Order: sequence, then C-alpha cells, then structure tokens
Amino acid sequence: MSVSTITETVQYLTFKLADEIFALDVAKVREILEFTTITKVPQTPEFMRGVINLRGSVVPVIDMRLKFGMSATEQTINTCIIVVEVTLDGDTTILGALADSVQEVVEMEPEQIEAAPHIGTRLNTEFIKGMGKHEEHFVMILDIDKVFSEQEMAALQTSGTQE
Amino acid sequence: MSSPQEQHIATYREEASELLAELETSLLELEENPQDNDLINRVFRAMHTIKGSGAMFGFDDIARFTHEVETVFDQVRNGKMQVTRCLLDLTLQARDQITAMLDASAGGPPADEANGQRIIEGLQQLLPQATQLKAEPVVSSPPKSSEAEIARTYRIRFKPLPEIMLGGTNPISLLNELRDLGACEVMAHLDAIPSLEQMIPEHCYLYWDIILTTSRGIEAIKDVFIFVEDDCDLTIDLIDDGNVPDADASYKKLGDILVERGDLSPVEMQKILSMQKRFGEILVEQGLVPASKVQSALMEQQQIKQARQERTATAAPAAAEAALSIRVPAERLDHLVNLVGELVTVQAHLTQIAGNRHDNEISAVAEEVERLISELRDTTLNMRMLPIGSTFSKFKRLVRDLSAELGKEIDLETTGADTELDKTVIEKLNDPLVHLLRNSIDHGIEMPETRKAAGKSAKGIVHLAAEHSGDSVLVTIRDDGAGLNKEAIRAKAVERGLITSSTEMTDKEIYNLIFAPGFSTAQKVTSVSGRGVGMDVVKKAIEALRGTIDINSTPGKGSLITLKIPLTLAIIETLLVRIDQSYFVLPLTMVEECIELTRADVQATHGRHLAHVRGELTPYINLRDEFEITTSRPDIEQIVILSVAGKRIGFVVDDVVGEHQTVIKTLGKLYRDVRGISGATILGDGTVALILDPGLLVQSVAMIEQEQFG
Repeated sequence: MSVSTITETVQYLTFKLADEIFALDVAKVREILEFTTITKVPQTPEFMRGVINLRGSVVPVIDMRLKFGMSATEQTINTCIIVVEVTLDGDTTILGALADSVQEVVEMEPEQIEAAPHIGTRLNTEFIKGMGKHEEHFVMILDIDKVFSEQEMAALQTSGTQE
Repeated sequence: MSSPQEQHIATYREEASELLAELETSLLELEENPQDNDLINRVFRAMHTIKGSGAMFGFDDIARFTHEVETVFDQVRNGKMQVTRCLLDLTLQARDQITAMLDASAGGPPADEANGQRIIEGLQQLLPQATQLKAEPVVSSPPKSSEAEIARTYRIRFKPLPEIMLGGTNPISLLNELRDLGACEVMAHLDAIPSLEQMIPEHCYLYWDIILTTSRGIEAIKDVFIFVEDDCDLTIDLIDDGNVPDADASYKKLGDILVERGDLSPVEMQKILSMQKRFGEILVEQGLVPASKVQSALMEQQQIKQARQERTATAAPAAAEAALSIRVPAERLDHLVNLVGELVTVQAHLTQIAGNRHDNEISAVAEEVERLISELRDTTLNMRMLPIGSTFSKFKRLVRDLSAELGKEIDLETTGADTELDKTVIEKLNDPLVHLLRNSIDHGIEMPETRKAAGKSAKGIVHLAAEHSGDSVLVTIRDDGAGLNKEAIRAKAVERGLITSSTEMTDKEIYNLIFAPGFSTAQKVTSVSGRGVGMDVVKKAIEALRGTIDINSTPGKGSLITLKIPLTLAIIETLLVRIDQSYFVLPLTMVEECIELTRADVQATHGRHLAHVRGELTPYINLRDEFEITTSRPDIEQIVILSVAGKRIGFVVDDVVGEHQTVIKTLGKLYRDVRGISGATILGDGTVALILDPGLLVQSVAMIEQEQFG
C-alpha cells in the first residue's frame, strides 16, 4: 500500500502507543471501549492478549505495542480497546486493538500525507500507509488490514507456540 | 435479493430442488414397486409443478425439457406404458439434467444440452412401443384416465388482487397457459379500472372471465393458478361436463348465466323475472311438459347445488391443514437461536444476582425465568431439528449408481430415518457420509463372484442407521463385505512412515490408522475412491462437529463405522471449572467423576501424572502446566475424569464450579489453530470462559510427550 492510494480527504482516529501518535481510517473503527478484563487463550503468542465479551460476542484483543516491538501495554486510566473491522482472508472480522490512549478524530488532506520512508521508522513499512503531519506532529497512518493480515498472524503464532 | 421477482426466482429454485429430491425418492421407490399408482402420480405431480412454475418464472428451458419427460409419464399414469428399468434410468438422468439446468441458471456451469437431447430422444424411443401396447391393456387402465379424456367446458373467473404484479406474477402468462390447455375464450372486464389520477401503475385492475374447453380436467386448470391462489379470487365452474348430447346445444338462459357469474344479483333478476311468467309455469300452462317433469328438473338443480356446497365445505379444512406449517428462512431461525443464547447468558447472570441477594421474591422470579428460558431453549433448538432421512434418501441414488458402475450388487438398507438432528449438523454430515459410503461400496463389498465363493449371497448389503443416544446421535454404516485388511493397513502405515514395523498395536489402533492423513489402501485408483480425499478429511469433518468416529471390523464379515454426533451445535451442557482466575468448560457428557488431588498424592506417584482411582491407574493432564498459568497451585486440586475415546483421562484444575449451560461462540479466525480449545462462552457475570476439547488436548499432549521421549 502506498501513499498514492490516498486521494481524498479522510478522517482519521489518532491514538497513542507509548509517546508516538498513530492514526487509523475512521471507517475501519467500529467503537472504542474502556479497558475490560481480557481472558487469555492458552498457547497463543503474547501479543494476542486474549478475548473479551463485547455485548455477547467474543472478540480477540491484540496488544499493538507488543506487535510493534514495544513493551507490553500496561493498564492505566486512559487505556482503551479500539474495536476495528479488519478484512482477513476476504472476510470481515472484528478485532480489538489495545492503545495507551485515544486522542481525537482529525481530517487530513492527501497533500498532508507523505509516503513512509523506507528506513528509520523501525517498523515494517508494509504496515504504514503514510506519514501525516498534524499540528507539528508526525502521525503514522496504519494500514490495519496489513497489520492483522493472515500471514502476519500466522507467522507470529508459530513463533509464539515454539516458545 | 432485491426485487420481488428475484425473490420469487429464489423461492422457485428452492422449491424445485425440494421437488427434485422428492422426485428422486419416488423414482427409486417406484423401482421397487413399479405398479404403485400413488408413486407414479407423485412423480408426475413433481414434474408437472417443476414445469409449470418453471415456465412462470422464466425458466423456459427447464419447462421445455421437463415437459418431454412429463409427457412420457403421462402415458405411464394413464396405464398405457409400463414402468421399466430403462425408463427409470432415463428419468433419473433427466432429473440430474434438470438439476444441472437449475444450477446453471444460478450461475453454475452451463448444463450439457447434448446430454439433455439424448435423454429426450431416449424417452421418445420408449413412447411408440407404448402406443402399440395401447390396444391391449385397456382393462388395466384405470377409469380415471378415460374420464380425463372427455372434453369439458369450464367457466373461470380470475380476479387477481391489485397487488398481484408486485409479486412478480404476470397474469398474461397465466392466460396463455390456459390457452395451451384447449379452446379458450377470454373476456377482460374493465369496470374496476379507476380514474387516471387514482390509478397506481403497478396494480392490476383487470379481471377476466374465461370459458375453457379442455380434456385435461379441472386439476390442470388449478395447477395453472397454483402459485397465485392466495393472490386472487378464483372460481372455476364446470358448465358443460361433456356427457350432454351435442343435440342439446342450447345453453342456460342469459339471466342464469349473469347471476351465476355474479354480474346480476338474484334479487334483481327475480324482480325482472317476476314481470314475466316463469319458464316452467309457461311450459306447464302450455301443456308441453308435465308439472312433475319440471319439479324433477328443479330437484336436479337443488341437488347439484348441495353437492357443490358440500365440496367447498370439505375443501376448507384441507386448506386449513396446509397452513399448519410455515416456511421460514433458515437465517431467521439462526437469529432466533442466537437470541435465545443471549437470553440464557442473561438468565445465568440473573440467577447469580438472585443468589447473592437472599431476597425470596427475586429468587422466585429468577427460578421462573430459568424454567421458562430452558423451555424456550429446547423449543427453539427443536425448530431447527430435521429428520436425517432427507440425507438418507439421497444416498439410495448414490449406492444405486455406484454399484452399477462397479458391477457390484448392493442394497442400501436404512433405519432410523426419522431421527432428528440440527439442520446445520445434517448439512455438514453429508460429505463425510458420502465418503464413508463410497468406501464401503468400493473397498468393503466384494464382487458378486467373490462373495459367492465366500459363501455369501451375491448381493451385498450396506446398512445405514441413525439412533438417539443421550444428547448425541449415533450414525452407523455397516457393510457385510470383506472387512478391513489389518496386514495391508499395517504395511501401508509402515511404508508411509506413520508407524515403525516394530510398533505394537491393538486391532483397533490399526483400524484407526486409516484416519491418518494421506492414507489410502485402495490398490488402484477408481473413479469412486482415490480422489485425493482421505479418511482423515472425514475424521476432521466429524471432529469439527464435535463428534467422534470409531471403526470396527471382522475379517470376512464386514466393517462397522460409528459416528457419534452431538444433537446441536448451539448450546451444550458443560462442567465449569476454574484455574486461578481463568474459567474453562468441559463437555458434561464426557465427564465421569471428580476426585481430589492432594500434594501427598502427587508425591506418592513421584510426580508422575498418574492417579489411583479405586485401584486403577488413571493418567492425568495438569491443565495449569499445560496452559502455562504461573500462579501458585492450591494445596488441594481437583481431577475431573473424562472418558476420552474410550479411555479414562483426568484433567487437573483448581476448582470445579458446577454445571453450566454453554452457549457456544466461535473464537474466530485468529484462534482457529489453537489446539484443544474449540470455542468460548460467556458466563453469567460477563467474563469469558473457554470451551476445552478434551480429545484434541489429549492428542497434543501425547504428541509432545512422544517428541520428548520417543
């Protein structure tokens, strides 16, 4: 996914992981929940925190900090679960993503967004749709489908079970 | 599914496939009882409906094709043709052709037209022979058929509801269908058309009077209107029964006709008639007809009226009976089941709160709610239950065709066809059963000569049975064939590296090897087996249904495959257990007993995972270790002993909470590779508990231990 695919003004939800600001296309976000009890599913990698009860449905929760190589998310008063709709293997799946705090919804013009540099982000550039600039901050716009793609999950799952 | 027309087409497809299934069953039964008139009629009716409604919804090719087949069966129905094996073969092929055409219209691959042509030609070749026979079996032909041949005249008033066109029905095509039945006069009435401002363009304001002379009988006319019965006022009257000599060409008086049609009220006619003398009176006055004759004519009138009234009276209850069952889309039922599932969860919460409150009133309400909900749950789950017989009848065809292909003689016997199972389970059971049956036919049953040489009857028997057993259904497939070849299986497994040649195994363990991936003992690849789908796929499919598969065999006598399938996939009875803060549920049907495990017990067995239960050694799995839960273990743990694949195996947990009604939720794609956990459920207080799959847990533990020590 490259920045060239961003052609219209889109609203983004910004959130913090550690001190960095990330953004998600609002259209992908279903709702934002307060942190609740997460039930760990045994024999799964650490970044898959477990499942929660979302009004009667069982929804998996992913720790994005662990996914991006940071330390595990610790629960604070601001910790949120962003419920997103992800296209996994052609089907839409509901997932929860742990974030340290949710910031705001911002509009960004295509010209405000640049392609992600190949080096320097210390992140898999596959995951990043582009770098937006908002109020003197850099915002990393995530390609959430790629972050949670089947391959990504499968690769990490096998490495997790080998531990 | 946007427009009503599309919906109707979808309904047609659904109905047609049901009819095709029924057709197949009837044809196969007909093969056994070729003289059964009821069956012949059923075949004919099914075909006729497929044709009629097909034409109505634009499936012209299907209608045309079916018409040819129907024509032949019309001859059979009229006793002019005998049911032969050849006819049944062709008709079964025709049925497949219709299925193919139906699939093609739904976006499937196009049906082979040449094949259709061949079938029709084959059927037509059967026809002339039949017409030659026509002269002799007059006696056997039922009187019904001769009755049907007399041309009768009917008056039909077809008054559709204004909304009829919204349902996708085109009245013109109905009228055209009537024209095909015989000489037909159609008169449209325009008096119901409103003024232009009030007219709704989608509505139909016309109604018709049709005078039809046909030899096809009133049923044929009713069939034309079969799909619009509820959307119109339809009156069909026999106005000339064909028996009246032609000399009496004069017909009812104008006034009578108008009244009969309802265009003139009897009162009005009476008024006008009273101005003149009655016909009968004039006759009597003139001395042309004696008064008694007039009286008798009046009596006749009376009698026919009465007979008609009786007929309508008996027709009414039949219609009421038809309304007793309703067709409901499966997704609506699924939604209902989901809602009931939520309700069960909420009720668990309520019961928990009531238990904490020590308030008698709340407890009483909670108990009442609990009772009602459990009843509601049972009823709802029952609604999704279907008899497994619908699947069984499909297999009859499979066995018939396969045995013919392989040159074997095989009878399929079925018992317990009325055993009910959840709809989804039945659907998912279809493929594994097909595979198992193919296996029995291909590998199990021997060729007729071999069978005779072994002192068995030439005809092999495959017995398919279903029966209830607790909250499961046992489906068994038994054949009286050669049985499994232990040595061949063993050799193959060694060759495939599944076992080593020195591995000691019981017979049962050897039989179970055939479920290992990539295992097939067939010497040659036939069209029947060897399609790259092995028994491991069958096993996986059954396990996906939370069922088990078991195989047994006696050399020379045959094999028996037993599938144990849970009744439903939605809600199960479980035992709720706890380890630290995590909750898990185990299927209650597998639970045998719960015992305590103290530290002293563990020390006595030197840390080996074996427990003494009344002098018997029971191996156990410590779930706390297995799930890497690191908090300290309590002094006294609990072992839940389950029966896993016939063996007693313990599962060590911190605490046994109690029985729990579990509404199964899937964990979704992300967790589908997690072995040993088949889903999740939500407890009364909203926390999530995981559903354990003991069979898979045992397997994965066994695998790990083998890697470590083997």
